[in-house]
Amino acid sequence: MGIRFILMVNKQGQTRLAQYYEYLTLEERRALEGEIVRKCLARTEQQCSFVEHRNYKIVYRRYASLFFLVGVDNDENELAILEFIHLLVETMDRHFGNVCELDIMFHLEKAHFMLEEMVMNGCIVETSKSNILTPIQLMEKA
Amino acid sequence: MLYIFMLGYDVDFGHMEAVSLISAPKYPEKQVGYIVTSCLLNENHDFLRLAINTVRNDIIGRNETFQCLALTMVGNIGGRDFAESLAPDVQKLLISSSCRPLVRKKAALCLLRLFRKNPDVVNVDGWVDRMAQLLDERDLGVLTSSMSLLVALVSNNHEAYWSCLPKCVKTLERLARNQDIPQEYTYYGIPSPWLQVKTMRALQYFPTIEDPNTRRSLFEVLQRILMGTDVVKNVNKNNASHAVLFEALALVMHLDAEKEMMSQCVALLGKFIAVREPNIRYLGLENMTRMLLVTDVQDIIKRHQAQIITSLKDPDISIRRRALDLLYGMCDITNAKDIVEELLQYLSTAEFAMREELSLKAAILAEKFAPDLSWYVDVILQLIDKAGDFVSDDIWFRVVQFVTNNEDLQPYAAAKAREYLDKPAIHETMVKVSAYLLGEFGHLLARRPGCSPKELFSIIHEKLPTVLSSTIPILLSTYAKILMHTQPPDPELQNQIWGIFNKYESCIDAEIQQRAVEYHALSRKGASLMDILAEMPKFPERQSALIKKAEDTEVDTAEQSAIKLRAQQQMSSALVVTDQRPANGTPSGIQLSLVKVPSMSINEDQNMAEQGLSHENGILSKVDPQTPSADLLGDLLGPLAIEGPPGTDVQSQQNIVSGLENVPNTVEAAAIVPVEEQTNSVQPIGSIAERFHALCLKDSGVLYEDPYIQIGIKAEWRAHQGRVVLFLGNKNTSPLVSVHAIILPPSHLKIELSLVPDTIPPRAQVQCPLEVVNLRPSRDVAVLDFSYKFGNNMVNAKLRLPAVLNKFLHPISVSGDEFFPQWRSLSGPPLKLQEVVRGVRPMPLLDMANLFNSFRLMVSPGLDPNPNNLVASTTYYSESTRPMLCLIRIETDPADRTQLRMTVASGDPTLTFELKEFIKEQLVSIPTALRSPMAATPAPPIPQPTSPAAALTDPGAMLAGLL
Repeated sequence: MGIRFILMVNKQGQTRLAQYYEYLTLEERRALEGEIVRKCLARTEQQCSFVEHRNYKIVYRRYASLFFLVGVDNDENELAILEFIHLLVETMDRHFGNVCELDIMFHLEKAHFMLEEMVMNGCIVETSKSNILTPIQLMEKA
Repeated sequence: MLYIFMLGYDVDFGHMEAVSLISAPKYPEKQVGYIVTSCLLNENHDFLRLAINTVRNDIIGRNETFQCLALTMVGNIGGRDFAESLAPDVQKLLISSSCRPLVRKKAALCLLRLFRKNPDVVNVDGWVDRMAQLLDERDLGVLTSSMSLLVALVSNNHEAYWSCLPKCVKTLERLARNQDIPQEYTYYGIPSPWLQVKTMRALQYFPTIEDPNTRRSLFEVLQRILMGTDVVKNVNKNNASHAVLFEALALVMHLDAEKEMMSQCVALLGKFIAVREPNIRYLGLENMTRMLLVTDVQDIIKRHQAQIITSLKDPDISIRRRALDLLYGMCDITNAKDIVEELLQYLSTAEFAMREELSLKAAILAEKFAPDLSWYVDVILQLIDKAGDFVSDDIWFRVVQFVTNNEDLQPYAAAKAREYLDKPAIHETMVKVSAYLLGEFGHLLARRPGCSPKELFSIIHEKLPTVLSSTIPILLSTYAKILMHTQPPDPELQNQIWGIFNKYESCIDAEIQQRAVEYHALSRKGASLMDILAEMPKFPERQSALIKKAEDTEVDTAEQSAIKLRAQQQMSSALVVTDQRPANGTPSGIQLSLVKVPSMSINEDQNMAEQGLSHENGILSKVDPQTPSADLLGDLLGPLAIEGPPGTDVQSQQNIVSGLENVPNTVEAAAIVPVEEQTNSVQPIGSIAERFHALCLKDSGVLYEDPYIQIGIKAEWRAHQGRVVLFLGNKNTSPLVSVHAIILPPSHLKIELSLVPDTIPPRAQVQCPLEVVNLRPSRDVAVLDFSYKFGNNMVNAKLRLPAVLNKFLHPISVSGDEFFPQWRSLSGPPLKLQEVVRGVRPMPLLDMANLFNSFRLMVSPGLDPNPNNLVASTTYYSESTRPMLCLIRIETDPADRTQLRMTVASGDPTLTFELKEFIKEQLVSIPTALRSPMAATPAPPIPQPTSPAAALTDPGAMLAGLL
């Protein structure tokens, strides 16, 4: 399956964006997010970016006050996911120009569109930034 | 709204809005509609059905962006409905050359989703060539998605996709050489690391690569990756290149390449686990663990042991976990001592989350690779001492088992236990182990200072107030044993212990109460019963419950706790039984130990009798089993006593009788009962033939029963195969021995019987699964030759197994349109046979139809215009024939119901014949079991014809006929 879910969480533990590629009920999502966030936020810079949680691995990366957490299968290539997070951030950077938490909060739908273009059904679809951003520009024009 | 949802509120009020947005004509509206829908709804949501049509229109429409949106949504949440209606369209899109890569990459993943969810709906048969075409694609986006699709397809069935393999390698080569890669797909100078990773992942699904050219070029690429990657300043570039590198390592491991390359890998990993960068260290450890599984590089890895142990002290729990796994994996005889000691040391500093796993692993390693057993005992006791809370019961059960089975170990273990008891505060589990060990083996220490029974007792008793109720029973057993080992008896100690038993006799916990009462009564009876409390016999060697548990740790918790529970139950029943059982019945007792029920009942009998008789002590002492009268008893009950636990069995029966009737010469009374039982033991209960016929119609029931055993049967039939389980249930309180079961299969059946145990423990049920494969049509019946010995009586029964022709039938209903062409196409013998059957047991047509249905011949009412006729159809499965449609037509004569004309048709001559004969048999001699419900129907009673009646009343003749 690859990627199970992608979360963006701020330093206070509030979820800013959540995308799941497997169906979980609301309660399950809430519980899962709580557990993961607690686990990841407690870690320091010196520790590695992978945490095992239940039956999957969380690959996470911190950008200023925002945490990007990606839940993947156990046999997924962790570093590749780690870099994928960075690619996502770079893409957002290109679109918003130095992205910050507020950008994502107020343009949630755009963040979702980007994610949609990059990941589909738990697999990476597109890694070229310009390709990812075309539909969004298209929408802005419309 | 999405925001609200994300915060965790239910927003079903907006679902409908979202779905209706999809059909909006404007792009932004549609976009929002699609995204919200795919985020909020799951695949089975009702609203989605409403959207299918719109989605389909978008997919087949001309507008590319709309196509993309629709595909994405289907890809994210597509369910069965979508798969059914959209799969062909999506497939078309994927291979059409007219649409842009943008659309095609989405189509690839959409198809992947549909394929994963419903492999049966999406037809992938012709996909091999198309996949190969797709892999020639220049556009990396499409390539990335198709690679994901390929991974799924290949993992499902790698055989078919051989042709894709060289293409993968070529792609990889192209990427690794950085040829012809558009600028926007390079990431920090590395050509699309994700695609590289994906490609190598796909390659890992192929077992090996045979083509030497492909192999060579692949190795070149891998070599290049392995060598060309070095640490650079830029974090992102570093990560990306290492992502590729690790995947390459995994691929090398998978390919099991030449030694040289392998050791290169290990060297690299060794370097990684020493670097500062935590991510890489983590992955280095993880991959090293994986490597252990794949190849014989342990020796090289062992060189890094020190480094790995340092990682165990890393501040990061993820890394520590990996290090622990790796240590666990690399442990063997040579380094076990070091590693386990290291683990023990670490245990005291480890955090709670890891302790349980740690202690479990340490225990397993200690057991598996222990150089000597005293070391093992040391380790476990230390373990319990340091992390008692995290030591599961299994671990201490296991150590007890070991000590009991090894005599030389016993004094050592007891002494150790004594030492630990001296500590001021010890863990509950430690109390349990020590109390148990001292109870069993404390007397071996009696000569040492501070180890007299009295001292042992007082030191153990000190702990009593602090323990939980689950530990008290163990302590009580220990007291009883200490008391028993005190020779000559010490009155002071005795009084003390009796006092305790007295106190607990009114305890609310049933287990404690029972033990207290029992031990009290037993110890009062004096020395003659002391051997009941003798040392436990050795445990049967069984696979360590711990290893089993460790294997299951990945399994979800419910199952795990079930396993634990089972292990505990086994253990506790073993404890109870062996405690009570006289030591002279050793071998048979081991079988006993698995069954809790009988032992309890014996105990209770004994108790009841004892309590009832304790004030009539005078009488009881005369009726002691060891008195001369027991000789007579012994003669009469000799056969019984051989298998049963001798003393207990005889005695308990005796006591029950004496308790009830209160007759002085209980011996005779007791003796008579079993003798009577023995004389009529051979008679089965119920008719074997009747049971067989009933089972021909049902899939589960009783095959055979007599006073000692009941054989139940449960069957599952699937096409030409069947799985039958025989349940052999011993109805007695003593075991059945010399149990033999042989299957005499007819030539058309292949039957495999799993091992039948030689002995069936009392009141226990043994399951023997049977695998049945039907090779070709035949009416012959398999026979189970079953025999066992109860006492001196050899009982033998030949039982027909209900694996009969009709079990391999599968009812199928056909309509008139299907039936008649088939019927006509099968013309005349040998495919279609007709016979006039006379002497049929008369029955109303409705009953006959029911009978047919119960034989899995599906009656199709109304197919035949004549209401007196019956038409039925079924499919027959056997290994030699394909599923065969069989058609049957019965024409009855309303004037004379004892005769009818039967026509049977099928595609196979033997089948037709056998089926016809089978039905004939069933119609002529309907078993009595079926007759009773029929008598209840309002049908007018018709005089029975003589010939079938004779066949019916004589089961012997019937048996002969069928056998």
